[in-house]
Amino acid sequence: MAVARKLEYVVEATTGADALPPSSPRRPRVRWFALRRDIPAPAYTMLTVSSFVAAVLVWAWASHQQFVNPVFMPTPEKVWDAARGFLVEGDLWTDVKVSFVRVTLGVLLSVTLAIPVGVVIGSFQVGQGLLQPLTEFIRYIPVPALIPLMMVLFGIGEPPKIMLIFVGTYFQMVLMVADEVRRVPYNLLQVGYTLGATRFEVIRSIIWPAALPGIFDALRLCNGWAWTYLVVAELVAANEGLGYRILKFSRFLQTPKIFVYLILLGVLGLTLDMLFRAFNRRMFHWAGTERR
Amino acid sequence: MSTTAGMANGELRIRGVEKTFVRAAKATQALSPTTFAVEPGEFVSLVGPSGCGKSTLLYIVAGLEDCSGGEVEVDGVSVCEPGADRGMVFQNYTLFPWLTVFENTRFPRRLRANAVDYDLPEHEILTRLERVGQLLELMGLADFRDAYPRELSGGMKQRVAIARALANEPAVLLMDEPFGALDAQTREEMQELLLLVRLHWKTTILFVTHDVDEAIFLSDRVIVMTPRPGRVRADLRIDLPAERTLEQKLAPEFLAYKREIVGMLHENRAKVGVRDALLARMFGARTAPGEHAS
Repeated sequence: MAVARKLEYVVEATTGADALPPSSPRRPRVRWFALRRDIPAPAYTMLTVSSFVAAVLVWAWASHQQFVNPVFMPTPEKVWDAARGFLVEGDLWTDVKVSFVRVTLGVLLSVTLAIPVGVVIGSFQVGQGLLQPLTEFIRYIPVPALIPLMMVLFGIGEPPKIMLIFVGTYFQMVLMVADEVRRVPYNLLQVGYTLGATRFEVIRSIIWPAALPGIFDALRLCNGWAWTYLVVAELVAANEGLGYRILKFSRFLQTPKIFVYLILLGVLGLTLDMLFRAFNRRMFHWAGTERR
Repeated sequence: MSTTAGMANGELRIRGVEKTFVRAAKATQALSPTTFAVEPGEFVSLVGPSGCGKSTLLYIVAGLEDCSGGEVEVDGVSVCEPGADRGMVFQNYTLFPWLTVFENTRFPRRLRANAVDYDLPEHEILTRLERVGQLLELMGLADFRDAYPRELSGGMKQRVAIARALANEPAVLLMDEPFGALDAQTREEMQELLLLVRLHWKTTILFVTHDVDEAIFLSDRVIVMTPRPGRVRADLRIDLPAERTLEQKLAPEFLAYKREIVGMLHENRAKVGVRDALLARMFGARTAPGEHAS
């Protein structure tokens, strides 16, 4: 009853003499070059797709013009043929599997150690003074320079490769975790104390969940670096794996096959990165939607 | 809440508490030795110019800041570490962003009243959770139980923060300019809500604000502090009826209190003569306020 009367009133008000004539809604203007503003999602996708297409077109044009010796710069068609060849025979999938396992083991090892150590460095200044400068020091040693040492220490099987990935990612990861922990607003810790939480409870129930999205993002970045160190490790001493195979192809000047592997490395990296991002958005929706 | 209402606890004694900051080997006194007491269930406001150490004092009472001297006692027990007996509502938003409104409010219970750890009977836990629900309803947050903090307005965030502090049933509730970041209208809504808390919870409340109206409107006593290093300048009892309405902010008694407090706060203003001389140098004598060059 009351609702009906209210509605009548609304109708009356809008059809009154001074009501504005109905106008078609104005189309929102897109500001293509406004700083840090959104553009329509379809346009964004179009731009991404066309960048890939353009890259392939430039490559095809350059290779057909033969600016470079075709032995070193194969055409897309040749690379495509090589890729199809791998479906029939070749060790492509074994290589992917072997490399993937190495990266995963190396990253897992460094994560399991870096998270607790990073939380300690970020939470306690005693831990920071004790471990942070030392970690920074080791971080600046170029990882490839450690390969001979790794081979002396761990032989030539799987351990030196996994250890190289571990060394390459651990020292970065520790500092990133510590940074994320320090980024948790101090007020949140204070609230915890006034609600009766002990220091351990503050770490477990406040610092940890607050820092987790950032830690997860650090993990995504480290996973990217791990693939770099993997290839470095496999170039030196291995019998299988993506890096090893690339080196072998180069000895026989099989550049189309090298290109297939390079593209594969790119696709693998991009896919993993996108998976991490999607997972992050799902898990940590409370942190707000970050810009693409 | 019935459990705290029955007990006459929440007596707060502050004895000779002082604070000196030492930075780069230079000592700055932020708070002169300060002594006062707050009776159980009393609502006391601290007002004073910015930098007078009123927030520092509150942080010392909470145990979040060390004092350079003196002692804080809650119900006769000396306290120096933070604890659940002294709840606090902060000036900036301090909700846990990964928890919903309900989970935020329940946070202290999750830590303290764990059924496994404390052998609490199941019905007791249910009653407590029900109380949290009722508390949120009272705060007008019933529809936002499962919302995350980023979906809330500033006023709602502070209401959750107050609910969270109250749900923990502290003996003393400390509030550090909790409405400082809110617009005038939301501020008045929050003040009315706090009147309900004052009337029904019987929790001792120590409230820091720079808004004189707010202090008079809410308090049993208003403590006026001097500029840095702060000390108690005056301790005024506000004799307004216990049941208060926003209307009273315009009553003559109210305005008399306001005049008295504002007068005290203005005592130590920088001399205007210096400022006028500067203005005269900047713009010539004609723009000096209160004077007309002829």
